[in-house]
Amino acid sequence: MTTEAPVKSPSTARFLSQLDMTAPPLEVRNLHVEFHTTSGEAHAVNGMNFVLSQGETRAILGESGSGKSVTAQAIMGILDSPPAKITHGEILYRGVDLLKLSDEDRRRVRANHIAMIFQDALSALNPVFTVGFQLGELFRKHRGMSRQASKAKAIELLDMVKIPAAKQRVNDFPHQFSGGMRQRVMIAMALALEPEILIADEPTTALDVTVQAQVMGLLSELQREHNMSLILITHDMGVVADVADSISVMYAGRVVEDAPVADIYARPAHPYTKALLESIPRVDLKGQELAVIKGLPPVLTNIPPGCAFHPRCRYAKDNCKVPPEPPHYDVDVNRVAACHYWREVIES
Amino acid sequence: MTDTPSKFGEVVLETKDLRKHYPLTQGIVFKKQVGAVRAVDGVNIQLRRGETLGVVGESGCGKSTLARLLVGLEQPTDGSIMLKGKDLSKVSSRDMRSVRRNIQMVMQDPYTSLNPRMTVGDIIGEPFDIHPEVVPKKGRIARVRELIDLVGLNADHINRYPHQFSGGQRQRIGIARALALNPEIIVADEPVSALDVSIQAQVVNLLERLQDEFGLAYIFIAHDLSVVRHIADRVAVMYLGKVVETGNEDEIYEHTTHPYSQALLSAVPVPDPALRGLRDQIILEGDVPSPANPPSGCRFRTRCWKAQEICAQEEPPLMVRPGSEHPSACHFAEERQVVGAVS
Repeated sequence: MTTEAPVKSPSTARFLSQLDMTAPPLEVRNLHVEFHTTSGEAHAVNGMNFVLSQGETRAILGESGSGKSVTAQAIMGILDSPPAKITHGEILYRGVDLLKLSDEDRRRVRANHIAMIFQDALSALNPVFTVGFQLGELFRKHRGMSRQASKAKAIELLDMVKIPAAKQRVNDFPHQFSGGMRQRVMIAMALALEPEILIADEPTTALDVTVQAQVMGLLSELQREHNMSLILITHDMGVVADVADSISVMYAGRVVEDAPVADIYARPAHPYTKALLESIPRVDLKGQELAVIKGLPPVLTNIPPGCAFHPRCRYAKDNCKVPPEPPHYDVDVNRVAACHYWREVIES
Repeated sequence: MTDTPSKFGEVVLETKDLRKHYPLTQGIVFKKQVGAVRAVDGVNIQLRRGETLGVVGESGCGKSTLARLLVGLEQPTDGSIMLKGKDLSKVSSRDMRSVRRNIQMVMQDPYTSLNPRMTVGDIIGEPFDIHPEVVPKKGRIARVRELIDLVGLNADHINRYPHQFSGGQRQRIGIARALALNPEIIVADEPVSALDVSIQAQVVNLLERLQDEFGLAYIFIAHDLSVVRHIADRVAVMYLGKVVETGNEDEIYEHTTHPYSQALLSAVPVPDPALRGLRDQIILEGDVPSPANPPSGCRFRTRCWKAQEICAQEEPPLMVRPGSEHPSACHFAEERQVVGAVS
């Protein structure tokens, strides 16, 4: 296949030789990201940890401001810095710390090894170029293909994501596509160079439920076919329950609970996870008040000391209010929770 | 209709064959109309005192246009809106003000629907400038403070500006503004969809508490079917400017008969991993057709798996079909259990 014959420079070869294929596809260790703002340093990510295994779908669940998108951008190396600054941590792709790579190698990792889908497909696509041109660009830049060959690849990709009449649509501009179609184009673009890892940042939030079902179905089908590992960033607990294998729940820039999907829904071990699940309207509780999480998410320039969730937590005791923050307690195999009182939470 | 009149009061709001068509024109000097976007195309709804009518549907189905028609932000092309028995198209412009007082709106986006240059007190008190008879001038500040308190904010923040509040708090300010004139009906257009899950629940609870306290009737427009199920007494499902199915909450969610409602319900992800793969999920093909050129006959037929010839020729009226107790606009209406559709 033509895609298998990229122009390999000596530096690419060196980069590829560093990769340890026995290491997990992605591991994030103690990642810290700060943003410099006029009102002080905003601590967007404060010690993020997770491991993504081969073929796994990991959901990163959190509300706005929890640091989930910033984590994804740090992995991709597309944070705007300044104001953003990675102050700590490692992002290991097959054992290689991405943060230590040269810009040139970083660029090679993007799209070739790790790709990303954004929430708003309309603003992620360039309005003045045809969809075919933008898809083909990947092959021209990364694979050194000709215009004609890259266009043929673009049509192939549009076919793969089930866009009807791909031959004609390849010459259309992004505005000529509907929202669901645009998200398909984004998926096609992300999968073009057959990456190992796909990061999907709220891929269906802007879409209607019926279209969301189409797009999520397509995404998991393609994941299986290409044996990719998927990071799904979302705030929708329904979507997570439908597709994820494991979940990292984020609060104030930190993972508060990390567990296989079935465990977390059945018996949450962190008060925040528990409260989130309870605030979903349920049929059997119609007519009653919805359970609420009192208060507001913390301001990132002024995160409460100790456990960041303590001002809103009904289990909080005095030791939650003072540093250090609660460590990741082992709840079970493959399962951690950052709460001193996880036993109490899981049993209630 | 299959309402239960006993539980709720008299009908406060009713639309009859309500239509809103936006003309599509061609040419600049000699404009001529080449068609129309049929945003709302013959909608009949009824709302009783103290009742919540949920309106659901995908984007472009006309639910926001319906909301704007009800509060008078748009003039209907055809059909009528009866507010407490008065036909709004026949009310003189002088009387219109006092009639309109009874129906207020909560907007979707709390970030753009509050004027950033006005204080919270001014925003909530502004309705009194238009309706000075509601509260005497002297009592206004006290009334505004009372409203702020009512929606669960601190009345001492009366002089703050919108940017000093979070999204959930801003939505509370929007609700306080809607309540200022003691309306009987509130039209809420996606009031919680811009909010985080944990904040959504707070606002939904507030809306329910206010309803109990003041006997408000709500038109609750949303695309989140589980929130609608929680709050609504009756539900109307819209598709391309028409109501395709209506009934009480249980009839729509448990005994749905219209294929579109079934597909919509089945597409909602259920927050329970144990049900993965067990659900009867109907995945629709394609997108919603353009409302400027809707399909003939039944508008859903282009995406419907049941469609037959009759669907292209004859538009199915919204009526009670055999084997079911609530109206559905499908020739082949048939109950289908969409397992665990919305929990």
